[in-house]
Amino acid sequence: MSDQPSPQSLRTEAIETLLIEKKLLTSADVDTVLTTFSEQVGPMNGAKLVARAWVDEGFKARLLEDATTIIAEYGFEGGQVDKLIVKACSESVHHVVVCTLCSCYPWAVLGLPPRWYKDPGYRSRIVREPRKVLTEMGLTLPETTDIKVWDSSAEIRYMVLPLRPAGTEALDETALAELITRDAMIGVAAIETPS
Amino acid sequence: MSDLRLHGDTAPPMRNGEMVFEAPWQNRLFGIAEAMCQQGYFDRNTFRVYLIRAIAQWEAENLGQPDHDYAYFDCFQVALAELLHDTAAIEASVLEDRVLELKARPHGHDHDHDHDH
Repeated sequence: MSDQPSPQSLRTEAIETLLIEKKLLTSADVDTVLTTFSEQVGPMNGAKLVARAWVDEGFKARLLEDATTIIAEYGFEGGQVDKLIVKACSESVHHVVVCTLCSCYPWAVLGLPPRWYKDPGYRSRIVREPRKVLTEMGLTLPETTDIKVWDSSAEIRYMVLPLRPAGTEALDETALAELITRDAMIGVAAIETPS
Repeated sequence: MSDLRLHGDTAPPMRNGEMVFEAPWQNRLFGIAEAMCQQGYFDRNTFRVYLIRAIAQWEAENLGQPDHDYAYFDCFQVALAELLHDTAAIEASVLEDRVLELKARPHGHDHDHDHDH
């Protein structure tokens, strides 16, 4: 196997070395960003909000009213969230999030986006035929459930507050948070009842 | 479409924050753009405009391609290079010269200590 770097790898290295030479950036700056995203930001931030909302109706109301302020209170800043809106699923309405133009995503609460989130197929089809796409992704909703698709933008990011599964009444907030997945907070999966 | 390839993406929450990059250069590229953004050299909305344009261009040139050939970070790289050129941070010709310089290195010699061959 050749150890020749790929053209993209060379170009990335070229960009970084030139920026460093021009003193616009240091390698440490880049390392810091990557460490932050890999270790400090992630879907557990979002999961904490969801779990709290499941056990605290007052918090849930505030979260749905002004999630941007809530994440500031939690210190979940530093990602790409200018305005965060949380949409709560119910038995009659299911919410799902997309960015049809590129890959806007609430990184401060969900970490880095999954690869499929950037996929042209997901970005176009989830708007046109959400029920079919969700079924393909493993989430089959009753025909009676309306599906609302929210298109993220640079200014507004969306997160889904999934339904609390049955059988979790005895779980505390910490245990609930561990059930919550990134995909459920995008709206492409449901939270499974723990076995 | 049957190729969303979501299997494996339903990892437990503690592992959901995994980096989703498929190659180290993608990780690094993201870090460079984010660091430039955080330091105020350009804002996110501006970068987004370049990214949207690069993605649209890619999609126009790759009509009918299976989704698994989608090259998001290739688009990301095009967007960043064009933005750096337009803001006079790195001219395109300078970038191309540097790429050629790096490419001319002997294989496996992409580190900075001396060699005698």
